Amino acid sequence: MTQRRFKWRNLYLWLVFIVLYAPIIFLVVYSFSKGDTMNNFHGFTWSHYQDLFADTRLIAIFLETLLIALLSSLLATMIGTLGALGINNTTRPVTKNTILALNNILMVSPDVIIGASFLIFFTALKIPLGFGSVLLSHIAFSIPIVVLMVLPKIQEMSTSLLDAAADLGANNWQLLSQVIVPYIMPGIFSGFFMALTYSLDDFAVTFFVTGNGFTTLSVEIYSRARQGINLEINALSGLMFLMAMVLVIGYYFINQYSSRHRANVRRRRK
Amino acid sequence: MQRKQRLSRNTAYFVPYSLWILLFVIAPVLLLIYQSFFNIDGQFTFGNYQTYFSSSTYLMMTVNSVWYAFLITLATLLISYPTAYLLNETKHPQLWLLLIIMPTWINLLLKAYAFIGIFSQAGIANQFLSFIGIGPKQLLFTNFSFVFVAAYIQIPFMVLPIYNSISELKPSYVNASRDLGATNWQTFSRVIFPLTMPGVKAGIQAVFIPSLSLFMLTRLIGGNKVITLGTAIEEHFLTTMNWGMGSTIGVVLIVAMIIIMWLTGGSGKRHARKGLTK
Repeated sequence: MTQRRFKWRNLYLWLVFIVLYAPIIFLVVYSFSKGDTMNNFHGFTWSHYQDLFADTRLIAIFLETLLIALLSSLLATMIGTLGALGINNTTRPVTKNTILALNNILMVSPDVIIGASFLIFFTALKIPLGFGSVLLSHIAFSIPIVVLMVLPKIQEMSTSLLDAAADLGANNWQLLSQVIVPYIMPGIFSGFFMALTYSLDDFAVTFFVTGNGFTTLSVEIYSRARQGINLEINALSGLMFLMAMVLVIGYYFINQYSSRHRANVRRRRK
Repeated sequence: MQRKQRLSRNTAYFVPYSLWILLFVIAPVLLLIYQSFFNIDGQFTFGNYQTYFSSSTYLMMTVNSVWYAFLITLATLLISYPTAYLLNETKHPQLWLLLIIMPTWINLLLKAYAFIGIFSQAGIANQFLSFIGIGPKQLLFTNFSFVFVAAYIQIPFMVLPIYNSISELKPSYVNASRDLGATNWQTFSRVIFPLTMPGVKAGIQAVFIPSLSLFMLTRLIGGNKVITLGTAIEEHFLTTMNWGMGSTIGVVLIVAMIIIMWLTGGSGKRHARKGLTK
C-alpha cells in the first residue's frame, strides 16, 4: 500500500518536472533539425549553428550583452558591497529599516514600472539612450540583490575580529581590504553571480531604455520571435542553455565553497 | 576617537550607495508620478486620471488584467502546492528543488519562443490533439495559451517559498493531529495548510505582481487579446508616446502592487525570483 502511494507521488513530481523541461529540450532538439519549422524533426544538422556563428550582427549583440552583464554586475557588486557595509554601520534601527525598505523597492517593483520610470529619468537628464543607459539601468536594478546577499555575511562577522585588527594597528583601508573583504568574499561572489544572471535575463527594463541603435540578446530574440519561427534562435537557445548550466554549476560551487569555508572557520574557532 | 573614525568610514562607504538610492530609486518614482500629471502636449492636467477613471476601456482593461493575473496565480498555486508538498517527502528534496528551479535560469524570451513552436498550427501540441482524436485547434494567440505559458513560467517562483515553509513545518504537529483522530483532509485543512500560509502568501506575491505587468507574453503568446496593465504602459510609452497616460497607468499599477503587498503581508522578498537563494 505505502509502496503504491509512493509511486503515485513520484509520478506527479515527474510530470511537473517533464512539463518544466519539455519546452527547453524541445527548443534545443530542433536546433539540430533540418528544415525550418519546429514541427517535424527532419534529420540532424549543424547548419543552424553555422548560420549562428556566421551571423556577425548576432555575435556582436551577444558580446555586447555579455559586456553589459559583466560591467554592470562588477560595478553593482562594488556599490552594493559598500552600501551593505554602510547599512551595517548604521546605529539607529529606524535608519537601517528605512534604507532596507528603499533598497527593496527595485526588487519588488514590476519591470515595466522600472523601465518606464528609468526612461523618464534618462530623458529628463538628457542622457542618450543606448549602451550607457542600458548599463546604468542594469547596475541600478542589480545593486539591491548584491546588498541582500552581502549583508548577512557582514552581520555574521564578529566585531571582536575588527577590534583585534584595529588594536594591532590596522588602518581603515587595511581593515577593509585584509579583514572585512576576505571574510565576506563568498557573499560578494554570490551577489556578483546573481547580478550577472539578472542582467543576462532582463528583457523588460532593457526594452524601455535601449533606444534605437543598441539591443541586447533578449530584445533581439523578442523582435525575431515576433516575426515567427527561425531555427537560428533555437541554436542560440542551445548556446544560452549551456551558458545557464555553467552559471548554475558555478553558483553551486561557490555555495559549496562558502559552506565549507564556514565549516572550516567554525572548526578553527573550536 | 574610535567612534568618530567609524563614523567617517560610514559616510565614505555610503556615498555611491546613497547616490544610487537618490537617483535610481527615489527620483524615477517621483518622476513617474510627476509625469502622470501632464498630457501629451506637455501641459499640466488632471485629465489623465479623469480619463482613466471615466473611460470604460481603461477600467475594463484593469479588471481584465487583474482577472487574468488571478487566474494565472490560481493555476500556479494549484500545481505548485502539491509539488512543494511532495518535494518535501522525497529522499533528496534539495536536488529536486534545484531541478525545479533550474528552468528559471533560462532566458524568459526563449521559453516564450518555445511555446510559439509548440502551440503553432502544425505544432507538437496540435499533433498530439489530432493523435488522441480531438483534432487540431487554434492554440496560439488564445487566452488559454496566455494563462498556460504565464503559469509555466511562474511555477518555480511559487514552489520555492511554499517548499520553504513546508520544510519548516514540524512533523510532530502532523503526528499530533493524526493521533488526535483527524482524517487526512482535516490534518491538511486545519493544520498543514494554515501553518504553511506564509509561504503561500509569499508565493502569491511573487506571482501576482509580475502577472499584472507581463507584456511580452501578451504579444507573443496571447496575440494582444488580453491587455494587461503592463502592455498598456508599454504601448503608451513606446508606441503612442503618450507618457502622461502611461505614467498614470503606472501609478495605478504601483497602487495595485501596494494593495497586494498589504494583503499578503511581509516586505516582499522577491529575491526568491532567482531560485537558489533562500
